[in-house]
Amino acid sequence: MLRRRINRLCGGDEKRLDSRTIYVGNRPCPDTEAFIPSKFCDNRIVSSKYTVWNFLPKNLFEQFRRIANFYFLIIFLVQVIVDTPTSPVTSGLPLFFVITVTAIKQGYEDWLRHKADKEVNKYLVTVLEDGRSVRKESEKIKVGDVVEVVEDETFPCDLILLESSREDGTCFVTTASLDGESNHKTHYTVSDTEKDLQALTATIECEQPQPDLYKFVGRMHIYQQEQEQEQELVVRSLGPENLLLKGATLKNTKKIYGVSVYTGMETKMALNYQGKSQKRSAVEKSINAFLLVYLCILISKAIVCTTLKYVWQSKAGQDEPWYNQKTQKEKDTNMYLKMFTDFLSFMVLFNFIIPVSMYVTVEMQKFLGSFFITWDKDFFDPEIEEGALVNTSDLNEELGQVEYVFTDKTGTLTQNNMEFIECCIDGFQYRYRDTLSEVDGPVNNQQQNAGQEKEELFLRALCLCHTVQVKEAGSEVLVDEVDGMDGLLPQPEQETGFIASSPDEIALVKGAMKYGFTFLGLESKCMKIKNRQNDIEEYKLLHVLNFDPVRRRMSVIVQNNSGETLLFCKGADSSIFPRVRPEEVDRIRMHVERNATDGYRTLCVAYKKLSAEEYAMADAGLMEARLALQDREERLISVYNQVETGMSLIGATAVEDRLQEEAAETMEALQGAGMKVWVLTGDKMETAKSTCYACRLFQRGTELLELTVRTLKDEDKKRDVKLKELLQEYYKKAVLDAPPVRPGVTRSWSTANQDYGFIVDGATLSLVMNPPCDDDASQNKSFFLQICQSCTAVLCCRMAPLQKAQIVKMVKNSKGSPITLSIGDGANDVSMILEAHVGIGIKGKEGRQAVRNSDYAIPKLKHLKKLLLAHGHLYYVRIAHLVQYFFYKNLCFILPQFLYQFFCGYSQQPLYDAAYLTMYNICFTSMPILAYSLLEQHISIEILLHNAALYREIANNAMLRWRPFLYWTLLGIFQGLMFFFGVRFLFSNPALQDNGQVFGNWSYGTIVFTVLVFTVTLKLALDTRHWTWINHFVIWGSLAFYVFFSFFWGGIIWPFLKQQRLYFVFANMLSSVSAWLVIIILILLSLLPEILLVVLRKPRGHHSQQKKQSQSNVGGNQSPESSTRPLLMRTFSDESSPVV
Amino acid sequence: MKNEEEASERPDNTAFTQQQLPAWQPVLSAGIIIPGFLIIGLAFLGIGIALFLTSQTIQVLEMDYTGVEKDSPCFRCTSPSNQTCTCEVTFSLSTLFTGPVFFYYGLSNYFQNFRKYGVSKDDYQLTGDTQYFKSPRDVCFPYAHDSKNNPIVPCGAIASSMFNDTFELYQIINGTKKKVPLDGKGISWWTDYNIKYRNPLPVNGSFASAFDGTVKPINWPKAAYELDLTDPNNNGFLNQDFLVWMRRAALPQFRKLYRRITEGDYATGLPAGNYSLTVYYNYPVLSFDGRKKVVFSNVSWMGGKNDFLGIAYLVVGSLCVVMSVVMLIVYAKFKFSDDDDA
Repeated sequence: MLRRRINRLCGGDEKRLDSRTIYVGNRPCPDTEAFIPSKFCDNRIVSSKYTVWNFLPKNLFEQFRRIANFYFLIIFLVQVIVDTPTSPVTSGLPLFFVITVTAIKQGYEDWLRHKADKEVNKYLVTVLEDGRSVRKESEKIKVGDVVEVVEDETFPCDLILLESSREDGTCFVTTASLDGESNHKTHYTVSDTEKDLQALTATIECEQPQPDLYKFVGRMHIYQQEQEQEQELVVRSLGPENLLLKGATLKNTKKIYGVSVYTGMETKMALNYQGKSQKRSAVEKSINAFLLVYLCILISKAIVCTTLKYVWQSKAGQDEPWYNQKTQKEKDTNMYLKMFTDFLSFMVLFNFIIPVSMYVTVEMQKFLGSFFITWDKDFFDPEIEEGALVNTSDLNEELGQVEYVFTDKTGTLTQNNMEFIECCIDGFQYRYRDTLSEVDGPVNNQQQNAGQEKEELFLRALCLCHTVQVKEAGSEVLVDEVDGMDGLLPQPEQETGFIASSPDEIALVKGAMKYGFTFLGLESKCMKIKNRQNDIEEYKLLHVLNFDPVRRRMSVIVQNNSGETLLFCKGADSSIFPRVRPEEVDRIRMHVERNATDGYRTLCVAYKKLSAEEYAMADAGLMEARLALQDREERLISVYNQVETGMSLIGATAVEDRLQEEAAETMEALQGAGMKVWVLTGDKMETAKSTCYACRLFQRGTELLELTVRTLKDEDKKRDVKLKELLQEYYKKAVLDAPPVRPGVTRSWSTANQDYGFIVDGATLSLVMNPPCDDDASQNKSFFLQICQSCTAVLCCRMAPLQKAQIVKMVKNSKGSPITLSIGDGANDVSMILEAHVGIGIKGKEGRQAVRNSDYAIPKLKHLKKLLLAHGHLYYVRIAHLVQYFFYKNLCFILPQFLYQFFCGYSQQPLYDAAYLTMYNICFTSMPILAYSLLEQHISIEILLHNAALYREIANNAMLRWRPFLYWTLLGIFQGLMFFFGVRFLFSNPALQDNGQVFGNWSYGTIVFTVLVFTVTLKLALDTRHWTWINHFVIWGSLAFYVFFSFFWGGIIWPFLKQQRLYFVFANMLSSVSAWLVIIILILLSLLPEILLVVLRKPRGHHSQQKKQSQSNVGGNQSPESSTRPLLMRTFSDESSPVV
Repeated sequence: MKNEEEASERPDNTAFTQQQLPAWQPVLSAGIIIPGFLIIGLAFLGIGIALFLTSQTIQVLEMDYTGVEKDSPCFRCTSPSNQTCTCEVTFSLSTLFTGPVFFYYGLSNYFQNFRKYGVSKDDYQLTGDTQYFKSPRDVCFPYAHDSKNNPIVPCGAIASSMFNDTFELYQIINGTKKKVPLDGKGISWWTDYNIKYRNPLPVNGSFASAFDGTVKPINWPKAAYELDLTDPNNNGFLNQDFLVWMRRAALPQFRKLYRRITEGDYATGLPAGNYSLTVYYNYPVLSFDGRKKVVFSNVSWMGGKNDFLGIAYLVVGSLCVVMSVVMLIVYAKFKFSDDDDA
């Protein structure tokens, strides 16, 4: 034994990276000579990023890592170091402002985190030390400490449950703060530990900390002292059911003891704390591209000016006229150095073309804009008392750009509110009436019912084969109240509710109840059911072979009173049929398929008697697999597969999953908006197909192209050959023969086009994605993708979660990189939610994981329509306009300054005063565009919702492509030229006042600047289609503020200014009639093309809008509502009028 | 955490949060635009005509006296050896030059808007702060000290390069010269003279001794405190010519106000006849290919003569009118085609 132990220790040493050893209670274990208390991190949670000391340097470093901030810092430093035309204040002040605001915001957030950390870390917990309970601060818990937790307390670190106050060695926890699932979960003590904690000598070997909340493997070595010197080593396996996670709360259990295994930053909660990877929106990419263009403009401007300066200076007398001689130092400077500093000076002079404030405004727009989503009362769901949730505001505008929608079926398209509809026992169909009866079973059957024995076996199977818990009476909310209980039951069960991870199971248990078999609960591994005779039957639960999406089935092994060992298995037909006797299959398959076509979820139930030897073998196999530290999952699955063979099929169930409210309308609107909807589901093809019909994704006229295991079945050919053939055939049909579709208009209303629907299943998909031999792999893939893209709707069934993500990734990376959106509600959708550009979580029944990982969460599917068509559309238009406008207004701001260089000997003389340079982007022109970008509704929300086709107008990033960018740029250049040369011609005679006095250079700049401020603000006013009082206030307020500021700035001798160069310049300007006249005409002239464009586009725009409306009316008439009615009736009929 | 709390509350049902604020949704319809363009166009045409006519009535007389050509009267003054040189430019007026007549001097290819030139002055000195007389600011270099390292007041390039040609105007009546009185008051901005620039306080009653220990700018013939010997209020930094010079011109070709002719017989203008302008030629411009000129002009409500503004208004005004007509046609066409559709 000693050798074994040492071996194990050595083995442990070798795999130090993979596992850790913990001494329970930090007591040395008898066998280990060298008790080395390993160093683990303490239980301090540090979620804060900074301390008081490192805040400033670290925060500054973080901020200047952003490329934009760094650029501005460089500009600022150049201004400080080199002799430049503008004072460092002009660029330093905005930068300082931005940096300070960000630092204050981050500092405040960090202070909050510090506070929260402190609260957690200083929390007093009870630790058992040398037989005494000691109160300790939470942060002082070490790995190996035995901790006591009482009811409603949260666990201070990750614990292995050792002892519970409940008799059956279980405890209940909620993990609401971890994953949002508020149901109670049962955790189990490690057997053999609950006897005496003080005497317990044990070590735990477990894996190194890892973030997966639902995964834990470890084993416990318990040294049982039977006699004084004799010790026996007992090994127990540890799984997630033994691990209590930090952050979870103890419920329904007085107190528990547990040994800490992971502490502090190594707890699963802390490891999960890391933020998700940042998603970047297409708009951001556009901004960066435009930024690059402007950077090029900036650099070329600087280069042009530098070159011309030296060309100009080479002319005699120009370089150093007698009135402007250089200092000795300047004369001595190296020529190339001078050129370089000149270049830098020009850069500084023109750097305002890339404004700091744009980043601030964009950030503010996104942050403030996202509130409109949370505030929207249309997203409020009275059932769950919650509205929409915005997890990231970076993607608001992406909601207006979606081209592909990937939706989950269960819980998303459907309600995930299961109702037991019917079952089929041994080939006979049962539909619930008051009494159990056969409705329309196989016609030619003599017997009315399946045998009594079979019936009861089937119902027992339903009652036993699940992981449902009975909600205890008195505990808070009842998830589901049991109906049809008429006082026959004992009192406590009166209010029985069931809790389960999947609503199917509850539906099945309740279905069995309707037929007289009631599940009463699980008590110390003993399942109690009440049969039709109101007798209580007890079954000893030996093993649960858990459900997983790959196996798509679950089993239990139970022992009844007579000592028989039975295995009950339920699962998808595809996973059950191969494991039962073939002759039984045929009788049931028909039912299953019919049920599936009706849109029901079907499960097959099978059972098997286990002989003593078989059970012993299975038991050993399971125990061994559960103890394994490595590859535990794989081993378990292989054991499961061994056990679940040779079963006999007893029946099938059909559960109805109702469609979500307005699911069909929503899908129709999305398709009308030009989005392609793909349904990715783990469900069966038939079920999923019927859901698609019900949601009007497939319509009667839709030709379905099927690429599934069934269509690939061909005696003559191998699967991959057949696959290739089919792909080519479909490709020809859907892609080549289809009339060329213009990009952007993906679905025409005209009936001439044949709509195609494409169906693919998981197995075939993996054949396409990961082909066995890669001859035509890439061709197959591209065919597949093109077929998918030319179909109006695609259904992918039988998908594993990872395959869902694979599909999303494939589309995301296809040509043109379309914007994808995934919507789902369950844990199985998380991968695709994370993969897509925009991930939407539905606050559904399957826990909160999808919501937690999503970018936006909405209570119901129907809210997606408004989220995309109204909010997304508006956000996109707003931010696109914001970006274009910002670049435009800075181009026409800086262009006159550039042109002025040609008239001042390229001496970097600024045209505008420093105050104007600084304030232009901060005060004079920032508020109107911010208000616009928050409030603009160029088309009202009602019209957007009503007319889905409007969404297509902004498809493919329409407002931020190069054409509109070029338009805005040209507009900026045109206006800049206007401003400068208009004033230039005016100044050909600078005597502009009626007293003959002349104006100087600052008057020149001020006139240009006044025209500029008025023009860009009025340009925005022209673009504003939705004038709320806020718009009025900020637009007219900004202009008034500019006038007021100019008066004020020029009206006082400011003691802190060295030069009062603007003193009374503005007032003098206003006293000149010519200046007024030139300002008015230049503003009008600059806006003239814009007005003309609006007007000339108007009749056309009006015209097309009318057309569009009539078109959509036509579309409405043809809308599939009527055509799919029969199918719809079929799926809805059962819900509205239960067939008897 | 906080988010969830917020979300669990029912959202506020206000017009702002629901994006339902009452809003004015202007539509630029033809009914507004076409008459609007017409009205603006007509108004602009009106203003344009007024401007153009006004500009036409303004009389301007420009004379280049740089002396580049050999036969020009000031040619002999251009040789650098000639330190003090006087030349005479004659001209004749055929009609009355209506008064008040403004007398400008103009420079071309002269960059008063050089950046380094523009900052080369000490504003503290110019507000009369004698502390800065002894230690001028760095920006004044190389015009801060003379060769003996005495501080220059006022320092800097702008002050140092002050225009120092002077003019005397005579009307020639029957061969005799009659001096035309030139009025040098109020040619600079009122605020410059009264608020922005300040002279140092007199020391011991003497204005000049406030400048003790400093020297005049190298190019100046006289010190700042004796710029105008006739008028004690026109000296120091509050000299009108100095203030006019200190307001930098925007463009390399500029004119600055020199004098007004408002007094005596010439209050109503310069009568027709022959005139002689005596130029005390001091200011060198040929080294950088500059030109000097004098300009006589009268002004109107719009300032000096400037045809640009009138033409611009006329062009834009007629453009607007034409546009409104074009739009009328376009709209009429589209309206009809719309009707056809319906």
